[in-house]
Amino acid sequence: MRKLLLGDEAIAQGALDAGLSGVYAYPGTPSTEITEYIQNSKLAVERNVHRRWCCNEKTAMEAALGMSFMGKRALVCMKHVGLNVCADPFVNSGMTGVNGGLVVLVADDPSMHSSQDEQDSRFYGKFAMIPTLEPSTQQEAYDMMEMAYALSEEVCLPVLMRVTTRMAHSRAVVEVKETPRAENELNYNAQASHWVLLPGNARRRNVTVTGQQADLERRAVESEYNKYVDGPDHKMGIIATGIAYNYLMECYPDGCPYPVLKISQYPMPKELINRMTAECDEVLIAEEGQPFVEDLVRGVMPGNAVIKGRLTGELPRTGELSPDAIKRALGIEVCEGYASCDDVAPRPPALCQGCGHRDVYTALNEVLKDYPNARVFGDIGCYTLGFMPPFKAIHSCVDMGASITMAKGASDAGQWPAVAIIGDSTFTHSGMTGLLDAINENANITVIISDNLTTGMTGGQDSAGTGKFEDICRGLGLSDEHLKVVVPLPKNMPEITKVMREEIEYRGTSVIIPRRECMQTLQRHLKQKKAQEAKQ
Amino acid sequence: MKTDIILCGVGGQGILSIATVIGEAAMHENLYIKQAEVHGMSQRGGDVQSNLRISSDPISSDLIALGAADVIISMEPMEALRYLPYLSKEGWIITSSKPFVNIPNYPDVETVMADLNKVKNVIILDIEKLAQDNAIPRSANVILLGAAQKALNIEYDKLENAIRRVFGRKGDAVVEANLKALAIGKEAQR
Repeated sequence: MRKLLLGDEAIAQGALDAGLSGVYAYPGTPSTEITEYIQNSKLAVERNVHRRWCCNEKTAMEAALGMSFMGKRALVCMKHVGLNVCADPFVNSGMTGVNGGLVVLVADDPSMHSSQDEQDSRFYGKFAMIPTLEPSTQQEAYDMMEMAYALSEEVCLPVLMRVTTRMAHSRAVVEVKETPRAENELNYNAQASHWVLLPGNARRRNVTVTGQQADLERRAVESEYNKYVDGPDHKMGIIATGIAYNYLMECYPDGCPYPVLKISQYPMPKELINRMTAECDEVLIAEEGQPFVEDLVRGVMPGNAVIKGRLTGELPRTGELSPDAIKRALGIEVCEGYASCDDVAPRPPALCQGCGHRDVYTALNEVLKDYPNARVFGDIGCYTLGFMPPFKAIHSCVDMGASITMAKGASDAGQWPAVAIIGDSTFTHSGMTGLLDAINENANITVIISDNLTTGMTGGQDSAGTGKFEDICRGLGLSDEHLKVVVPLPKNMPEITKVMREEIEYRGTSVIIPRRECMQTLQRHLKQKKAQEAKQ
Repeated sequence: MKTDIILCGVGGQGILSIATVIGEAAMHENLYIKQAEVHGMSQRGGDVQSNLRISSDPISSDLIALGAADVIISMEPMEALRYLPYLSKEGWIITSSKPFVNIPNYPDVETVMADLNKVKNVIILDIEKLAQDNAIPRSANVILLGAAQKALNIEYDKLENAIRRVFGRKGDAVVEANLKALAIGKEAQR
């Protein structure tokens, strides 16, 4: 059966067809569509595959590991920075190993289309000493899922699958299976000595896992996804990983004259690399992301080999690759199109018209006119756009939840007013623990939880804490006098500014919750309602 | 046969529904397809584009190389200009004439039109007015698709059939409106 699928959708379909029992994820561009596809899948509904969003990547990773412990196949999905959030259970899952197949799908975002850095998750795969896959095409992404689950169960380790934005968000025709594999049965074979990471057990496991590395490398050398194609001209050889392989082949529609090594499975297939460095005068290394392969190849090379790549300037040191970047590295002339047009103005994204975050920033800016030394600590979400004109309202944005903890640290240093602004979903992701720190010391900060009842920036997924925020704050020990709820609308401006002013003046921890539905989900809900009424 | 298409506009203008119809037509013809999309933050009113490549032979790259695009289909006139370095010297621009002004430094409309008219092959249409005048207000983007039909190198009836399949489950009225839009666009070709 042929389907036109996004890379993300091909991964989701591949996992379902491989007998998936549960997907665990927190939304994050460019990985969100994997979980959404499974949520909308008939098969997933029929089989009752777990598919609800999790609070954050750490809870997701741990739940998936628990499902694997019971013998079933699980998938964890996240964007690259999400892997930082779950680094603890991720790295340690390499120590415990798995029972049912476990695939950790991480979508990197080179060029930072929707992210704060361009870290390359392949380093994490090496760090955790687990097999890592990097598909070149949507078809490979689909096929690799079945292979990844089989591999995971065979070597009893989680498998990291790393994709990038172009793979995740590009569509192609994919041939999919007619009949999905059955789910694994529940089994109790997980051996406690693997799973209880007391130092004594962990030391034994460490010997086992390090001892497995040679076998994992042999599998990479023999993998159908790593291929060495010889070419007549040995002046140069080219190593291309994942999606960079496509850009290379785009330059040579009639076949590449140089030997080409495509790498889509790690650990590094050293034998294949050594063949290339032995047979070619120079080696060009093209990889999407950081110079992971290039660094390692330089590290193992004898003195006189010439290695070219991102570290020597033939390819750009940072950012996404493109067919043109590869052409330049190969000395192929770049095609001349029209000259770029100087009249084109940049068009950055902006908060939607009518968005509640707008009213929050309008009110906050109005109040802070009287506090020229105020510092506002922002967080990750649509409201990060409050940095842009006309608001220019935030002074930091680092990682999920950092608004509250950074405001607290600033306050500890003597800053006042210190204001944190965080969204509802980011608050339940990583803000709650920081708020507890603040409340325990009654830190002199004002926290604004701008609640739009959804995870907005990634397209309106359910938000874990909807309906519970006042209870959460009270539960963490906040008193009702300094827990305020307002409705962010222009007509309520006098009330909102009054509340903000009072809570800034209060020398202790206070929380203000402006609450109004996201414009995107509101429009969607109105449409759905209309369609339903039309049916009746 | 190979056509490299850049679809562009402002987040929320619905460039992906044009892509869906082209993709459906191509898939039905057993052509190879690659379509790189933009999701995430830029969808909030920022510039958005999609690289759509269709070919009778396998396609390697998800992205279109500089100077290689056969067609730019744009829902907004200045956005069409943003991708000029990707347009082949023989390529076509098919664009809506109506500026979407959500930035303070949007250039003069006359300047934008003059820049567009410097391109050898260009079709500029007031698709929203055409859609209003023909009582198909929600099918403006399909007018643009109709106007791009020759440049896309896809036969007209194949686009028609793709529209029937894509919009079929929304009912006959929606299908008819979109077929009408396609025909209006086709008339505007030269």
